[in-house]
Amino acid sequence: MKKFFEKAVRWLLTGSGFITSIVILLIIGFLFTEGAGLFREHVIEEGYVLALNKGNPVKVMTAEEIKAVFDEDMTDWSQLGGPDLPIEIFRLEDADKYFTEQQLGKHYEFADSLISGLVASRPGMIAFIPESMADADAGLSFIEDKTISPREVFAGAEWFPTATPAPLFGMWPLLAGTLWVSLFAILFALPFGISIAVYMAEVAPPKMRGFLKPLIELLNGIPSVVYGFFGLIVIVPILQQVFGLPVGESGLAGSIVLAIMALPTIVTVAEDAMRNCPRSLREASLALGATHWQTIYRVVIPSSMSGIASGVVLGIGRAVGETMAVLMVTGNAAVVPTSILEPLRTIPATIAAELGEAPAGGAHYQSLFLLGVILFFITFMINLCVEFISARNKAKNS
Amino acid sequence: MEKIEARDVNFYYGDFHALKGISMDIPQNKVVAFIGPSGCGKSTFLRLFNRMNDLVSGSRLKGSIKIDGQDIYAPEVEVDELRKNIGMVFQRPNPFPKSIFDNIAYGLRVNGIKDKDFIRQRVEESLRGAALWDEVKDKLNASAYALSGGQQQRLCIARAMAVSPSVLLMDEPASALDPISTAKVEELICELRNEVTIVIVTHNMQQAARVSDRTAFFYMGEMVEYDDTKTIFTNPHKEATQNYITGRFG
Repeated sequence: MKKFFEKAVRWLLTGSGFITSIVILLIIGFLFTEGAGLFREHVIEEGYVLALNKGNPVKVMTAEEIKAVFDEDMTDWSQLGGPDLPIEIFRLEDADKYFTEQQLGKHYEFADSLISGLVASRPGMIAFIPESMADADAGLSFIEDKTISPREVFAGAEWFPTATPAPLFGMWPLLAGTLWVSLFAILFALPFGISIAVYMAEVAPPKMRGFLKPLIELLNGIPSVVYGFFGLIVIVPILQQVFGLPVGESGLAGSIVLAIMALPTIVTVAEDAMRNCPRSLREASLALGATHWQTIYRVVIPSSMSGIASGVVLGIGRAVGETMAVLMVTGNAAVVPTSILEPLRTIPATIAAELGEAPAGGAHYQSLFLLGVILFFITFMINLCVEFISARNKAKNS
Repeated sequence: MEKIEARDVNFYYGDFHALKGISMDIPQNKVVAFIGPSGCGKSTFLRLFNRMNDLVSGSRLKGSIKIDGQDIYAPEVEVDELRKNIGMVFQRPNPFPKSIFDNIAYGLRVNGIKDKDFIRQRVEESLRGAALWDEVKDKLNASAYALSGGQQQRLCIARAMAVSPSVLLMDEPASALDPISTAKVEELICELRNEVTIVIVTHNMQQAARVSDRTAFFYMGEMVEYDDTKTIFTNPHKEATQNYITGRFG
C-alpha cells in the first residue's frame, strides 16, 4: 500500500513537470509558427490586385510606395521610375464617380468589365480592386504581389497594420519605443533603487528596516493597471505642465511609472545581496581601520555587485514586458521616438491594444505574434544575463 | 612596560554575563595566549581590544581597558583610528574578493594614503614579513581567492601588518589550516613578536606552549589563571588549569 502510494506520488510529480514543460514548449511553438506566418503573407491585401494600364512600365512597388501613392503623398509615376504621368487612384468605392448605378447594374454585375475598361483606357490609373473583377483580357498589367520581407518588417519605420491596400508592418518604432522607455526607466530606478538598498541593508536601524521592507515589497503587489491609473491622473498632468507639452502622455511618463514598478525588484534583490555579504569581510575591513562608509563602498558593494546586477536586470525585464501601465500613459504613437517627451508605443502595449481588432489568421494578427516573438527574445536574453551573472557569482564564491 | 591594561572587565551580551571581572596586564612585545574551552569568553575578551564587539547589538561593557595608557572606551576615542593601531587576524582566512596587491593595500588606502610608490613598498615589505613574497611576487594581480587556505591566512596577517599596528590580535588563526600551514603561521608569530604585541586565542594547547610568553586560562567567563607560559604548563596553581591542560575536560 505504502509502496503504491509512493509510486503514485512519483508519477504525479513526474507528470506535472512533464505537462508544464509541454505547455511551455507549446506556447513557444505556437508563438513562433503564428509569427513566422507573417512572412508567407502577401504585401497586398488578400483577394485584391493592383491593376495598371498595360502601357505603364511599373511592375514592382514596395508596401511603403503603395501606401504613399494611396495617401496621395506620391502623385507622379516618374517618382516610381515610370512615365511622366500624374497618378490616378481608383478604389472600388470610387466606382459611382465614374459610372451610374444603371451602368454598374443592380448587383454590380457589369462592374467587372466597366472598371477593367476604365483602367485600360486611362494610362495613369492605378486601381485597387478584387481579383475577380480584374479582366485579364481588357489589357491590364498588375503590380507584382510579393510576400512580406523580413527586411521591411524589422527595419521598417512605419507601423500601419490596417492600411489598405498594403498594410505596413515596420516594427522598428515599437522596438525602439520599448527599448527607449525601458532604458529611461532603468536610469531613473537605478540610483534610487541602489540608494534605498544600501540604506536598508547598512544604515537603517532594524525598526526602520522592518517598516520599509514590507512597504517596498507591497509595491510589487499593486496591480499594474493601478500604476497606470496613477500615472495617468498624477504624472501625466504634472509632466504636461512642467515641460509645457501639448500632451502629457509621453515616453517620460511611461518610464517614470515603470521605474516605480521596477523599484521593488531592484531594492529587494540588491538588499538581499548586500546583507549576504559575509560578516567576515566586513569585520576584516573594519578591523583595518576602515569607516562604515568605506566598508560599504569598498567591500560590501563590490562583493555584492553580481547580486545588484541581477536585481537591475530583473528590473529591466519587468520594465520591458510591462503592458498595462505603459499602454495607459505613453500615448501610443507608433513613431520612432526622437525625444523622451514624445508619445511612443511599446511592443506589449501594441499587442494588447491591437489583438482584439486584428482578424484571426490575417497578416495583422500574425504580425502581433511576431512582436510577441521579439519580446520573448528580449526577455529571454535578459534571463540569460541573470543566469550568467549568478553563475559567475557562484563560481567566484566557491 | 604594560601595553594593555584591563581592569575589572565585565561584559554582557544582553542578559548573558559573558566576562566576569577580568583584570589583566599584557606586556609590550610579548606573545600572550588565551586558552580555554569553547564558549569560555576568550574570543570575546580579545575582541574588546579593538572594539569589535561594538558591532554586536545589545552588548555592554563595565570596567576599563587601556592601551598605551589611553582608555579605548573613552567617548573621545575614534574607533577607526583605534583599529588602525590594533590589527586583527580572524579564525578563517577572510581575504577580500580583490587582487593580492589590493588586499594588502586596502588598509593603507582606507587610511588616506595615495602615494603609489609608498603603497607598493609597504605591500612588498608586508608580504616579505609574512613570508609570502616569494610565493606570490609574480601574481600580485591575481585574485586572493586563488591562493591556498594557508597562503590566504598569511595574506591576512600581511594585510593586518601593512598598516603597522602596535598590537596584533589573532583569533584562532590556525584552526582552519593544515599542519604545515599551521607551522608556518606559528613561525611567523615568533618573528613578528619583535615588532608588535601579539594576543592569540587558541584551542591548541601545544600551540600556546610553543609560541607564547604568557598564557591565560579562561573558564566560564572568568580568567582562572594568568602566568608565564612555562608555569601554566608545568606547574599551574589552580586545579582547573591543571585539569584542562592535562586533557581531563574541555
